[in-house]
Amino acid sequence: MSGKEYRTITDVKGPLVFLEKTEPVSYGEIVQLRLSDGTMKNGQVLDTSDDQVIVQVFEGTASVDRQTGVKFLGDVFRLPVSKGLIGRILDGAGKPRDGGPEIVAEEMADIIGAAINPYSRESPEQFIQTGISAIDACTSLVRGQKLPIFSASGLPHNDIALQIARQAKLVGSDDDFVVVFCAMGITAEEYNFFVHDLERTGALENAALFVNLADDPAVERLITPRLALTAAEYLAFEHDYHVLVIYTDMTNYCESLRQIGAAREEVPGRRGYPGYMYTDLAMLYERAGMVKGKKGSITQFPILTMPGDDITHPIPDLSGYITEGQIVISRELHQKGIYPPINVLPSLSRLMNAGIGEGKTREDHKSVSDQLYAAYAGGRELRGLVAIVGEDALNERDLQLLKFADIFEDQFLRQSRDEDRSISEGTLDLAWDLLTNIDTKYLVRLDQKWIDKYHPTESKS
Amino acid sequence: MSEENGLIYRISGPVVTAVGISPRMYEVVRVGDEGLMGEVIELHGDQSVIQVYEETSGIRPGEPVIRTGQTLSVKLGPGLLTQIYDGIQRPLEDLEETMGVFITRGVDADGLDLTKKWEFNATASVGDEVSGGSIIGFVQETETVEHRIMVPPGPGGKIASIESGEFDITTTVCTLEDGTEVAMMQEWPVRTPRPFIQKNAPDVPLVTGQRILDFLFPLAKGGTAGIPGPFGAGKTVTQQQLARWSDAQIVVYIGCGERGNEMTEVLTEFPHLMDPNTGKPLMNRTTMIANTSNMPVAAREASVYTGITIAEYFRDMGYDVALMADSTSRWAEAMREISSRLEEMPGEEGYPAYLSSRLAEFYERAGRVQTLGGDDGSVSVIGAVSPPGGDISEPVSQGTLRIVKVFWGLDAGLARQRHFPAINWLSSYSLYPQALDQWYRDNIASDFPEVRTKISSLLQVEAELQEIVQLVGSDALPMDQQLTLEVARMIREFFLQQNAFHDVDTFSQLGLQYEMAKAILTFQEESEKAMAGGAGLEEVVNVPARTDLMRGRFEEGYAERIGKLLGEMSKQIAGTMEDN
Repeated sequence: MSGKEYRTITDVKGPLVFLEKTEPVSYGEIVQLRLSDGTMKNGQVLDTSDDQVIVQVFEGTASVDRQTGVKFLGDVFRLPVSKGLIGRILDGAGKPRDGGPEIVAEEMADIIGAAINPYSRESPEQFIQTGISAIDACTSLVRGQKLPIFSASGLPHNDIALQIARQAKLVGSDDDFVVVFCAMGITAEEYNFFVHDLERTGALENAALFVNLADDPAVERLITPRLALTAAEYLAFEHDYHVLVIYTDMTNYCESLRQIGAAREEVPGRRGYPGYMYTDLAMLYERAGMVKGKKGSITQFPILTMPGDDITHPIPDLSGYITEGQIVISRELHQKGIYPPINVLPSLSRLMNAGIGEGKTREDHKSVSDQLYAAYAGGRELRGLVAIVGEDALNERDLQLLKFADIFEDQFLRQSRDEDRSISEGTLDLAWDLLTNIDTKYLVRLDQKWIDKYHPTESKS
Repeated sequence: MSEENGLIYRISGPVVTAVGISPRMYEVVRVGDEGLMGEVIELHGDQSVIQVYEETSGIRPGEPVIRTGQTLSVKLGPGLLTQIYDGIQRPLEDLEETMGVFITRGVDADGLDLTKKWEFNATASVGDEVSGGSIIGFVQETETVEHRIMVPPGPGGKIASIESGEFDITTTVCTLEDGTEVAMMQEWPVRTPRPFIQKNAPDVPLVTGQRILDFLFPLAKGGTAGIPGPFGAGKTVTQQQLARWSDAQIVVYIGCGERGNEMTEVLTEFPHLMDPNTGKPLMNRTTMIANTSNMPVAAREASVYTGITIAEYFRDMGYDVALMADSTSRWAEAMREISSRLEEMPGEEGYPAYLSSRLAEFYERAGRVQTLGGDDGSVSVIGAVSPPGGDISEPVSQGTLRIVKVFWGLDAGLARQRHFPAINWLSSYSLYPQALDQWYRDNIASDFPEVRTKISSLLQVEAELQEIVQLVGSDALPMDQQLTLEVARMIREFFLQQNAFHDVDTFSQLGLQYEMAKAILTFQEESEKAMAGGAGLEEVVNVPARTDLMRGRFEEGYAERIGKLLGEMSKQIAGTMEDN
């Protein structure tokens, strides 16, 4: 569009700029602001009418004045996408940050993305082996799933995310994952940690990074994950890649969302977060999946830190309602010195049943997983009881469960940062070994036929 | 009048304000150059506020708004079953054909295939006196479901002509003497309940094959149930189990603001699952509505109305219909989102003040009725609720609990212990048992209600004993109470727990449920006898036949073998006495 420049700003409030007397401007249109010193800023239309237009400015409104020129670009926000994105580092607005050339676009993709027709989705059911026993056995991940890591400050969620990125593979296939990494408001230190690790393992060449750091504009965080997902969709559905999207930290994203809501004087929902936060988050998380007739897939690993370790806080709460499960990191296990400190009890993978079993992992997987859960849950509950009445009051079964909980944490959960356990020999066989600490008559979750076949001491084979 | 044109004045997300038209409330309008579908939800001076069912970015003030004169309606007729729709009855399969795998906008699709020919079999004949709701013929829509063709609600008369044969659904198959033409398709505005003669008291249970639901907290055909629970507690699995195994003749499943992958799972699975009552694919009796969380929020608001209208239509044919809405919280949030864009004064937690009346109106469309045609039909409504943080003191849960008669309370603690279905037996309730007891006595067993009472009181006693155990350990309890704990554990692990993903355990006939409950009580009685005769608790609890009895439920033919297994257990328990 030829682009008239308006100087009709009436109000500036937080990240929002209000203009009057424009020609019709479309909803969601991209806006360019030229400050009096020549600096350019970008924004997007949030509300438009004949009398007033509200623009959200991504870089913040510092130095914007009534003389600032505002130009409407006549199009929605688009990202230049191409295969060339792989191996590149971009900033939170999609501009190169690695000193490299601009991306040569094969296509200009609308970053809002469209909803995948539920009818056109392919059921995710290909097991991804992460090599981490806690995840593989108890919260199995499948291709096309969105499985967030619910963590809290001071916990090693980044290590776990990186270990997954390094080790993730399909059993019996050499398809590799391309990693799309999206940083939202994380510190430079955390960012360097990620980049160094990806560099060290050579994964950086197979990754596209979108980076908005803690000192970058907060409002920009609202578009960074959309850029990352747009890139992921393009790579997955146009170029058949299997894409693993890691984004961190969703909590910062939601803070930005709240900031915009407050500036617009919207009626807030819980804890001041906007009432539409569920829908907004869904528009990110739901961009995971597989689609009929396309080879590629998008698997998402959002990381979020739960404020005050509170899983009922709106951010983890609304996320949990959208994502297909969650991996919960436990401070208690971390303080016991166990890595990865994954608490399998509140963790869950909703798509697990579709991805495990005969021909996918192993026929006994479901049974073993249920039994591990039940025994560990029982053992942990008894710890509370023992603290009051002492071990003497326990019967034989309870004593065995109590002991099992310790063994489970120490030998099953605990593994080193570069230990890559295979599902069958590494994880499930280990589980059977540990279950020998409990009499088979107490192993009620195990089908007898699996005991006969796999139990190290009771098996009939 | 209906071609009156106006202009867009303002756009804010899914809410568009138009000037220059004066439509009726809830009238459907076409918005912008692309003709996006919208519905008028507020009139304000010369401005009309419209909620738009499609993404609005790129639209600008000054674009046209066109009235249609219609309110939001669904097309009802042969072709509804096995379909999957979005929130405004666009078939998702057709959308895929016209726009590919991603849902773009501005595409219209008819809710029913208007060109497909169906074999109409007239059952009424010329000269018959019919009125609105009278059944005049049928179409064998799927292998198992006969789609009855009705005169649309309204005045009737004498049939002047009626013809069997192959027709598309808009062709007149019957004319009345006053000239009224009846085709196989009718349309109905979604926000208006379909009429019936009267509501009857529900006295037949909706059998779901889920032991804890059927046995302890039953739902009646035509009843209402709420399932609130935090994420991960199993709301969706429970809803899907109900959709699979309920003994309703028609199932309407609304995925309202939920996960895309979950809808896909249902879609890929249902055609392969067999209905235990007919032996034919479950899909044959199912209509699905999928408006996932990232699809337009206004269409999500409409989806529950679309669903319940379809359910009522099948009810009017004299069918028992079960409707699952997963999740009503997402529907309420859609209302909240629209309400906040309208800058309405909010009620609790930002929800509009009319939230609870909308919930009530929705659930009130359930019921067992005498249809206009004189048949007995029912719509049972089961609504999932997703309370933030699992705390049911929030407005949607509270609004729901005030209306529904059955409360299936999901419990995160049980889910963590992998006790599924994670329905808390202490907090859940059903107000139907009294009304249903006679049916159980007549159809299952004369002492069915008594067995239920015994089972639930054992669970109550256990809860009390557990409090003591927490303080002093179970060994400190007297033997008879320790036995009670064992029996209660058996109830929990053998009876209440049910594996939705196990081929056999996923569904239990009501008769078998009764047998299983009786087996537990038999174990209690025999054990008490044996222990009075000197046997130890460990001995009776550990008889091998009990393990066989419990594990047996995972094997085919359990219903035939349970009697034998039970006899063996009794024998072995009696044997423990002789050893002493």
